[in-house]
Amino acid sequence: MKLSLGKWLLPLYSVLALIFLLVPIVYTFVFSFNDSVKSNIVWVGFTFDKWANVCDAQGLCAAFATSILVGVVATVIATVLGTLMAIALARFRFRGRSAISLLLFLPMATPEVVLGAGLAAQFLSAGIPKGLGTIIIAHALFCLSFVVVTVKARVASLDPALEEAGRDLYGSPFQVFLRVTLPLLLPGITAAALLSFALSFDDFIITRFNNGGVETLPVFIYTAAARGVPAEANVIASAVFLLALVLVVVQQLTSASRRKRLAKLG
Amino acid sequence: MAFAAFGTSAAPVEQAPRRKSRIALLLLAPGLAYLALFFLTPLVSLVMTSFQAPVEFGDVGQYQPAFKVENYAIVVEAYWPHFLRAFGYAIAATVFALLISYPLAYFIGVKARRWPLLQALMLVLVIAPFFISFLLRTLAWKALMSDESGIVVFLKSLSIIPEDGHLTGTAFSVIFGLTYNFIPFMTLPIYTTLERLDTRYLEAGSDLYASPASTFWRVTVPLSLPGVVSGTLLTFIPASGDYINASASFLGSAQTQMVGNAIEANFISLLNYPEAAALSVILMGVILLLVALYVRRTGTEDLL
Repeated sequence: MKLSLGKWLLPLYSVLALIFLLVPIVYTFVFSFNDSVKSNIVWVGFTFDKWANVCDAQGLCAAFATSILVGVVATVIATVLGTLMAIALARFRFRGRSAISLLLFLPMATPEVVLGAGLAAQFLSAGIPKGLGTIIIAHALFCLSFVVVTVKARVASLDPALEEAGRDLYGSPFQVFLRVTLPLLLPGITAAALLSFALSFDDFIITRFNNGGVETLPVFIYTAAARGVPAEANVIASAVFLLALVLVVVQQLTSASRRKRLAKLG
Repeated sequence: MAFAAFGTSAAPVEQAPRRKSRIALLLLAPGLAYLALFFLTPLVSLVMTSFQAPVEFGDVGQYQPAFKVENYAIVVEAYWPHFLRAFGYAIAATVFALLISYPLAYFIGVKARRWPLLQALMLVLVIAPFFISFLLRTLAWKALMSDESGIVVFLKSLSIIPEDGHLTGTAFSVIFGLTYNFIPFMTLPIYTTLERLDTRYLEAGSDLYASPASTFWRVTVPLSLPGVVSGTLLTFIPASGDYINASASFLGSAQTQMVGNAIEANFISLLNYPEAAALSVILMGVILLLVALYVRRTGTEDLL
């Protein structure tokens, strides 16, 4: 019998690849239940303690709160600026449009270490002290391009006839934008905001150059890595992971049911 | 949720008339100001810093504006192995990530079409690593590859690695970590192009008596090329500037330091800003050059 490539080999390979992707996640989750004292490398025994007393690890919860704060503020800045730019780029023709697209692509094509060092050099020469503010500025910068790309795709797929209908019904341009365009763009904007928050929340490479002693969650983990990361960090990471997973599954299910509804209508 | 950002091309934009460009300018102004202030100016600042010279009789970390071009010669002389390692490791990681990702993306995008639920589930699994800290993921591999771990004991018993050998702190572990961390960035863009692949083209190939292999190489691969190019760039660029995987407290050692580690050490520990800046400028220049060559060679300029 001829070995059929598509029949068994490919599914098997795919499953193995997915398992490979999941190994560190399972490891992190399992070791969040480890009854370790300081460093969390050797399995000691099973416990719920770390989940019950997450904030016992010194500085961990403060770092987590800082990460959330930075993520929210940077996301708001990047989402507002990025959405406006995306609408302009997708809806208007003007000179310099391709130059602006290139300018938006460049931060994504620049290695993070260069973005981080560049901003740090800038803050240094301008005499701006590093801290929470500089972290937020840096995060909003690298999120901006991703927001524009995500929202632009949504604007481009929008049917202009819907906005025309709004204008035909004597809506002012502002009303049309607020009551027609914005609601239609909302799924794209939400996706962009979530992506932006995720990027900010996990960033270390750029943060390292601009944090000036302020600890975000990744900074906490990096500092702890030299002497051993406490199991409580695994607890927070696992909890965030589960939350994100639920969000994605809900989003997938709602978009699937929306598609089904639309299929029924049309 | 992250798919859109990895899409290789948006739906065609309908040709809007050249109207109300004042409104467009108004919408763009805040974002452009932000990019000018915090992206372009820092790049200029970086170039200027790279020419600075130490203040005479000054403290460590004190520099003054100058035109010290030698900074570039100094860093190339001191750090050329770091550059070689950075690009060597990044290329290796990109190739391995492609080898792992392409079949996976093909299965999800083409074979799993009949089962939308399976497709959605597999996609969620591909992006799952994004939801857990990048640093913790890398530390998990470090623990799994540590000398006390079962994997190393097993490999030693098979004499695959020598008795006094290690897995962590080697070129292998750094490339392994880079490959692992960037697989989702490779898989998603390839998936988005394969998902749109019209399978009737494949049937046409077999109708014309092409073997499955030649249909694959002459139909599927060219059609998915934009995704492959995006994926390789999304892997290669961040991998070549990475300093986590190669760091000694993660998967690397003093012998595996990449140029990112040199930039980090010079900027943050040694306070040698001009050398860190010169390294950054060279890194960015080489990357832009390589990307331009690559994109031209694969004929996918319109992706940018």
